[in-house]
Amino acid sequence: MLLIGACFLLPLLWLVLGSVDPAAGHGTKVPQRPGLDNFAAVLTPELLFRPLWNSLLLSAGTGVVTLAAAVLAAYPLSRYRSRFNTPFMYGILFGTCLPATAIMVPVYGLFVQLRLLDSLPATVLFLAATSLPMAIWMTRNFMDAVPLALEEAAWVDGASRLAALRSIVLPLMRPGLAVVFIFVFIQAWGNFFVPFVLLLSEARQPAAVSIFSFFGQHGAVAYGQLAAFSILYSIPVLALYVIVARGAGNSLALAGAVRG
Amino acid sequence: MAANHRTRQLLRYLPVLPAVLLLLVFLAGPVLWAFHSSLTDAGLTGRSARNPEWVGLENYQRLLQDPVFPLSLALTVLFVAGSAIVGQNVLGLALAVLMRRARPVVSATVGTAVVAAWVLPEIVAAFAAYAFFSRDGTLNQLLGNFGASETDWLYTVPMAAVILANIWRGTAFSMLVYRAALNGVPAELTEAAHMDGAGPWQRLAFITLPVIRGSIATNLMLVTLQTLAVFTLIWVMTAGGPANGSTTLPVLAYQEAFKFGDIGYGTAVASVLILIGAVFGAAYLRLLRERKP
Repeated sequence: MLLIGACFLLPLLWLVLGSVDPAAGHGTKVPQRPGLDNFAAVLTPELLFRPLWNSLLLSAGTGVVTLAAAVLAAYPLSRYRSRFNTPFMYGILFGTCLPATAIMVPVYGLFVQLRLLDSLPATVLFLAATSLPMAIWMTRNFMDAVPLALEEAAWVDGASRLAALRSIVLPLMRPGLAVVFIFVFIQAWGNFFVPFVLLLSEARQPAAVSIFSFFGQHGAVAYGQLAAFSILYSIPVLALYVIVARGAGNSLALAGAVRG
Repeated sequence: MAANHRTRQLLRYLPVLPAVLLLLVFLAGPVLWAFHSSLTDAGLTGRSARNPEWVGLENYQRLLQDPVFPLSLALTVLFVAGSAIVGQNVLGLALAVLMRRARPVVSATVGTAVVAAWVLPEIVAAFAAYAFFSRDGTLNQLLGNFGASETDWLYTVPMAAVILANIWRGTAFSMLVYRAALNGVPAELTEAAHMDGAGPWQRLAFITLPVIRGSIATNLMLVTLQTLAVFTLIWVMTAGGPANGSTTLPVLAYQEAFKFGDIGYGTAVASVLILIGAVFGAAYLRLLRERKP
């Protein structure tokens, strides 16, 4: 079992060792003269900060749009009984089953028709749509866990449904909402294919794409810098994952949500 | 009165509207558009980009005659069967079972290593896998210690390389699903079997696996769907090469549409992929409904 664990670590070792080795190549070796030269080389506004800023805009924007739409949609689905609920929930679950990569070619066509290519807000809306089905399922589960009696008490006191949602339900499900937001954020942050197809100008590309175009295509590859950039780009999602895994009490917060 | 009631009912569902609009415009729309434009000669540039012409089933006929299409269909099946159904699923189950017996420190350490490969952004995981399998990469260094000669894995056995990489990347998901499933197996059951003299393998085969078979089915379905859509890993490691040796359907659809500018033909490939996904998706929903009567 330790052997299996070691096999899983090996490819990651290259990433860590390569990032501190100014003379890094494909191979994994303990650096002769370890140093932070690679990190220094990528710490420029052009190379690092703008792509990371774009990633942040893209992921946070997607998180906010998804969460807002998911909370609104989850409310009637959780609070009212209707024969429309179950087909709807299964319908959107079916939506998550469609291979995302297969949709990219038609989405590109759609974006060309609507003249939305290379638009950050439009890309955010598309990413939000792809993460919505899962987000609605998760949000509804969390909302179902908030007892209806608390809201009813608020209505008796004269609060409207919206006011009760804002002042009673949402605060109680704050940890759940945080999980949904982080979940969507991590997905958007790590997404390569969507911005690769939909965002054309370098100024708008997030780190997932800039890392590919910069290091992969322009001649010689600086492996040490690639590794250093990869680590800096990965740190935020690793940190967020740790927060979710801790907060949810077990590491299944993400996987469990997928099972509906 | 009745009409009034209906209106009120509809108004209650008004908040669902933003979500439904987003889903219709950006998911359902493109899927329908895909089926439509797979019947045209739409191109990326030029005349056929502005005024695509209706060509009927021509693209699909081309698919059937194109030698690359059956190859990439076969490679997709190989990729899904090898990396998801066998690799991730079996290894994930094995890890979950082993982790229950191992000391907590060991199982936590191994668990972290497995999950780390999964949590990393896909492009970073793809670079790491590329470096690992490349000619002067870590794998050859390791094998070199045992006197093996250098092999360019990505060139000679591209499919094996991407399958192993995808197992490395995706096993964590199955492992987490199975750990949760195993936690749900009542301890009395396995203890009773133990008292009756069943060995560890027998307990696994006759008690544990039948109890968690629902989770196994669900997990198989989900990893199949996830693996069907893998693009970035293959694109970074081999770009579908050499000589289409690792061109799965997502890679083929991308190449036809964006590299060769043939949107109509590319969406025909994508449509096939969407249909395969829809079949698995429908099967998955049936499975879920049977589990929750």
